[in-house]
Amino acid sequence: MNHALLILTLLLTPLLGFLFNGLRYRSHNAILAGSVATGAAVVSFICSLLLYKTLLGLPEESRQLSSQFFQWITVGDMKIPFGFVVDQISIIMLLIITGVGSLIHLFSVGYMSHDERPSKYFAYLNLFLFNMLILVLGDNLLITFVGWEGVGLCSYLLIGFWFSDSAKAAAGMKAFVTNRIGDAGFLIGIFILFTVFGTVNFQDLAELVPKTQEWMWTGPVTLATLFLFIGATGKSAQIPLYVWLPDAMAGPTPVSALIHAATMVTAGVYLFVRMSTVLVMAPLTMQVIAWTGALTALVAATIGMTQFDIKKILAYSTVSQLGYMFLAIGVGAFSAAQFHLMTHAFFKALMFLGSGSVIHAMHEEQDVRKMGGLKKYMPITYLTFMCGWLAIIGVPPFAGFFSKDEILWQAFSSPFGSKWLWLIGAITAACTAFYMTRLMALTFWGKGRFGHDVHPHESPATMTIPLIVLGVLSVIGGWIGIPHVIGEILPGHPGNHFHHWLEPMIAHFEVPHASKIAEWSLMGISVSLAGISAWFAYDSYIVSPARPAWIAKKLGGFYTAVYNKYYVDEFYFGTIINPIVDMSKGLWLYIDVNFIDKATYFAGDLVSGFASFVKTIQNGKTQSYALYIALGVVVVMSFVLMR
Amino acid sequence: MLNTETFLHIGMPHYIFLSAVIFSFGMIAVLMRKNVIVMLMGVELMLNAVNLSFIVFAKENGNLNGHIMVFFVMTIAAAEAGVGLALAVAIYKKFHEVNIRFFEHLRG
Repeated sequence: MNHALLILTLLLTPLLGFLFNGLRYRSHNAILAGSVATGAAVVSFICSLLLYKTLLGLPEESRQLSSQFFQWITVGDMKIPFGFVVDQISIIMLLIITGVGSLIHLFSVGYMSHDERPSKYFAYLNLFLFNMLILVLGDNLLITFVGWEGVGLCSYLLIGFWFSDSAKAAAGMKAFVTNRIGDAGFLIGIFILFTVFGTVNFQDLAELVPKTQEWMWTGPVTLATLFLFIGATGKSAQIPLYVWLPDAMAGPTPVSALIHAATMVTAGVYLFVRMSTVLVMAPLTMQVIAWTGALTALVAATIGMTQFDIKKILAYSTVSQLGYMFLAIGVGAFSAAQFHLMTHAFFKALMFLGSGSVIHAMHEEQDVRKMGGLKKYMPITYLTFMCGWLAIIGVPPFAGFFSKDEILWQAFSSPFGSKWLWLIGAITAACTAFYMTRLMALTFWGKGRFGHDVHPHESPATMTIPLIVLGVLSVIGGWIGIPHVIGEILPGHPGNHFHHWLEPMIAHFEVPHASKIAEWSLMGISVSLAGISAWFAYDSYIVSPARPAWIAKKLGGFYTAVYNKYYVDEFYFGTIINPIVDMSKGLWLYIDVNFIDKATYFAGDLVSGFASFVKTIQNGKTQSYALYIALGVVVVMSFVLMR
Repeated sequence: MLNTETFLHIGMPHYIFLSAVIFSFGMIAVLMRKNVIVMLMGVELMLNAVNLSFIVFAKENGNLNGHIMVFFVMTIAAAEAGVGLALAVAIYKKFHEVNIRFFEHLRG
């Protein structure tokens, strides 16, 4: 099959699904809406698989299928085609988006079966899929920006899906506004790149940029990548714009799994992997990205340790894992970032869906203090969640171990890295192990703390099948990227296929030779740190349940600060939002009322006054009209004669 | 002051002046009077004033173009008088008076 046709089918099926469900949005038929939407996602997934097969058939150095459908913008020298490209990077994203997306659509059929507006929900979900595919397929920054905005819109629509609850509607608005701030940075980045290089095409940029001379902070590439990074902090929830993601949990849980864990929030990571050749020209930007990522990972992980809402814990965990990905990008480990993106998509989507299953079973209860002992009621959810838990805390040979350890090792050994970055990463890994074990202990282990009126039950098959598939992927997903030191002692010497696959597309730089002993020992340290902290969490929450409260009391003010998310929201309100609101109120009550309103009223009065004067001429009397004609003739005649 | 000499010197300007005066009387009648029949008479006056000036110009130019035009004007005037009087009769039948004040509703 022709690859342009495949790309078109891949893109348009979700759009058709959106139109189908969007046009009959009043329908209450969840099964029909769900099966159409899921069908659209599955068709896209099949197209992705076929594209992957086509790519495999091509020689390694030219694995690229591009098609330009039409000239989108033509202004002077600027010609921007509506072009899409499928290559080593975007095919991974395509498979994740459509594959995990199909599973989440399937899960939604069960989860949203009792909702009032299922058609609308599935329409939004399909629209999101369409926009996300545009984002990853675009062969230039502008097309990517179109998708970037589109997914932001869908995220807003789905976070505020239950908008009759004003807190949820506000969460949607918070996400949208925060993202707009980032998007402004993204646009400025595109402008700078275009003015300097005259193109926004990824491939052209990758060829042009390394030829330029870059000078420290004020260089165009540094500036442009810094602005693009501002865009990425918005979309991918990094410091300082991460605040929207925890609130985004107001949306339906499958949405959190799809948009706020597996796909949309990784758009920033994708962007920098795609632009890696540009990024390595700006080492200062890489430093900024690495440190921002590391700090985000640590801060979010510590907040996650204190939360009690099951989805909030997972949300902070997502922020923290995204921090890892940016740490990897900042130290130049682009394939590791992409690898962690993939494994994270598996295990975090799994855990979000698992939490959805739990919430569904507990009758919309999200507080982990009111759960416990669910493992005997929900065996499938429990077992799959366990796979996700083992994957995220980095137990070998689960998926998260390989990707996370690759990042930590690169943070230590890469020329852009440092031992401090590694240390933050390792501490974060320990925190991750703590809060995830705590989540497991409070939700599934121990005794049930829910009332007698709650009867937890296992979810229907449409919800458990995606869990099982994602559970399996969380176990084996990491085996395609086994690092060299482990691969050579295993039977059959499995190589790092993932890195090898991405190699032609990402930036290359000199990597100093590092000893295998260092790699092994760092791996051992981080795994044992995670193990100790997981054991500590188990001991604290199952064996001696009084300890957490005692620790919280000992830590006092620090614990309160962490529990209240370091008062970041309050800080933003105090320093930015409230002053802007106050200033706007001042402008409204003084400038607007006194000057602008008065000016418009005056203009209106002027016109209506003049009109009421002119109106008197039209009095309806035949003779007056005849008189006007006569006067007109006199005026015209005198004008002609006097001339 | 008036003597034969004066009358012998009546030329085009005098006729044109007369024509203008008659035209003005007609126009004043149309614009000022309320009686529809008087207004129609005013229209006739205006038409005949124009006829007069046509004749004068024809004599001055020494050809028959003006005369031909006058015949046309007289024909049209007859038709117009017919329609106008019919309207006046219709108004009279409806209001028992032929006053223009019944037609003050042309305000759209």
